[in-house]
Amino acid sequence: MPKLITQVGCPYCGSSCDDIEVLVSDDNKKILEVHNACIIGTNLFFHANDPTRPKLPRQRQPDGSMKEITYPEAIDWMAKTLLAAKKPLIYGFGSTNCEGMSAVARIAEKSGAVLDNCATICHGPSFLAMFDNGYPSCTLGEAKNRADVVVFWGCNPMHAHPRHTSRYSIFPRGYFTNKGQMQRTIISVDPRQTDTAKLADVHLMLDQGHDYELFDAFRTVLKGYDIPDVVAGIKKETIVKSVEIMKKARFCMIFFGMGCTHTDGRNHNIDAAISLTRDLNNHTKCSIMAMRGHYNIAGPGQVWSWIFGFPYCIDLSKGTHAHMNPGETSSVDLAMRDEVDCFVNVGADAGAHFPIQAVQHLKKHPFITIDPNFNMASEIADLHIPVRIAGVDEPGVVYRMDNVPIQFKSVIDGLPGVPSDEELFDMVYERMCELTKTEPVWLTAKEDRKHPTNISAVNEA
Amino acid sequence: MTKINLNMITQRSVEEGAAMEKGKTNPDYFEACSIIEMNPEDMKKAGIWVNSNVRVTSECGTVVVKCINSTQYCPPGLAHIRQGVWANQVVPPRTQSTGTPQYSGFPVTIEPAFEEKRKTALQLVQGAVGLWKGGN
Ligand code: SF4
Repeated sequence: MPKLITQVGCPYCGSSCDDIEVLVSDDNKKILEVHNACIIGTNLFFHANDPTRPKLPRQRQPDGSMKEITYPEAIDWMAKTLLAAKKPLIYGFGSTNCEGMSAVARIAEKSGAVLDNCATICHGPSFLAMFDNGYPSCTLGEAKNRADVVVFWGCNPMHAHPRHTSRYSIFPRGYFTNKGQMQRTIISVDPRQTDTAKLADVHLMLDQGHDYELFDAFRTVLKGYDIPDVVAGIKKETIVKSVEIMKKARFCMIFFGMGCTHTDGRNHNIDAAISLTRDLNNHTKCSIMAMRGHYNIAGPGQVWSWIFGFPYCIDLSKGTHAHMNPGETSSVDLAMRDEVDCFVNVGADAGAHFPIQAVQHLKKHPFITIDPNFNMASEIADLHIPVRIAGVDEPGVVYRMDNVPIQFKSVIDGLPGVPSDEELFDMVYERMCELTKTEPVWLTAKEDRKHPTNISAVNEA
Repeated sequence: MTKINLNMITQRSVEEGAAMEKGKTNPDYFEACSIIEMNPEDMKKAGIWVNSNVRVTSECGTVVVKCINSTQYCPPGLAHIRQGVWANQVVPPRTQSTGTPQYSGFPVTIEPAFEEKRKTALQLVQGAVGLWKGGN
């Protein structure tokens, strides 16, 4: 009998929907149906059924082809390559659970690496603004229950977080917003008329890249001063009207996305957004939240902050203390200055999502990809090590975009002999300790590992 | 042939996300991401037809993509390529000292390239690092 597993978490976008239902075959190997998820989540679960998923590591041969090798061989090669490198870069973690993020920290420390995550190319600028200006935020539950005015600034949840609007921000009936959409006023700020803007009551189609000016104009109006007739391509009346709506709100919620962090101004845009939130709190309640891209991309910010004190761009090459300075210790900048001599890509795809010139620099040195599937980074790597898929065949803790931790389940059995990220990193760390004749620092007792049987299968393979 | 200068942004789309989860070598990913959207006025100015190929050139690279009817309205002066392999051929890696590249808001030149073919994701990425073994 196929089993219906309920309350499953979806490991794709920052909405981290935890109400997915998955029907799995009676042998626990195949996903038959996926309920509640959006099209992206559904495709993700079904992709796990793909019979061509890699089951063994593959290493590039001198002739450019890839050859399958065993896990112990791959682990040995990775350990030796990391130890030989002066300054490796370990990047990714868009699709990894917190257990894996914690395990990789030991490797990074041991090899004197730079440890970075996808935030570096997404909400990194938001972190910079938060360091400077604070983060007056709340949870998505509060947004759902209280927010009667919702502002989407430079974000397009209808595309990037398909169920965000129905679970948290526009449509759901909350405790104080029991009429759902009828009771909410939506403002969208975007240079295009996106599908989110089409749902909005007011759409401010600003000149692309002029977010900072518009934030400033909002603040100026809010403080009772006059502004020019047109700011950032938006008429004064529209700005004044929008400010009035926000001021009269019982609870105003500002969501912001890549439209603010990828354009000119970067962190300064977010700085202005946070200041606007603070100013609005003189009149009503207002909160702000970054639309984080991946289901657990808030995770490394949490996990590595406990371990090293910094959320991303963590340079451990000094050997004594962690050092962080985005622009200097950030992946793309390090790559462009050709400052790292080994690249490890974990659960992300630098091959597809970095500017191609950065990829060309990284490829000059040993290039390792750790990912359950084939992607662009695996197809140019010197070594590709497959792992289990967090949230599909590996459980784990994830942090949703509002920094709320959720325990994700595994719905099917993992491929035999394929380890999880955590197990793989532990084995690499162990091998590095063997090679350097040092004692491993185990934060968790080894007996507590979740899948001891799988580990021995890997070691015997 | 005319050329037109536009301001480029690269952002997510649900089509890109859904296709990516099938795999980046899947034909769906190719169709979802190797495309450009711009205003019909701008297309007219540059002599570009809907569903024909165009060449996009920025300060740091060039790529051939297909010009489609906008799925989300783009005002004149703005062009949009969905995030992914094709967009990243032209995204400038400069980060304004924040670590985050200029994914949105960089100048590009767009010209008709009716005769040229779009390259696959593998061809572009492997080609960029000297690993591509297939033909052109
Ligand atoms: S909205 Fe995001 S988390 Fe929810 S089902 Fe879709 S992809 Fe998954």
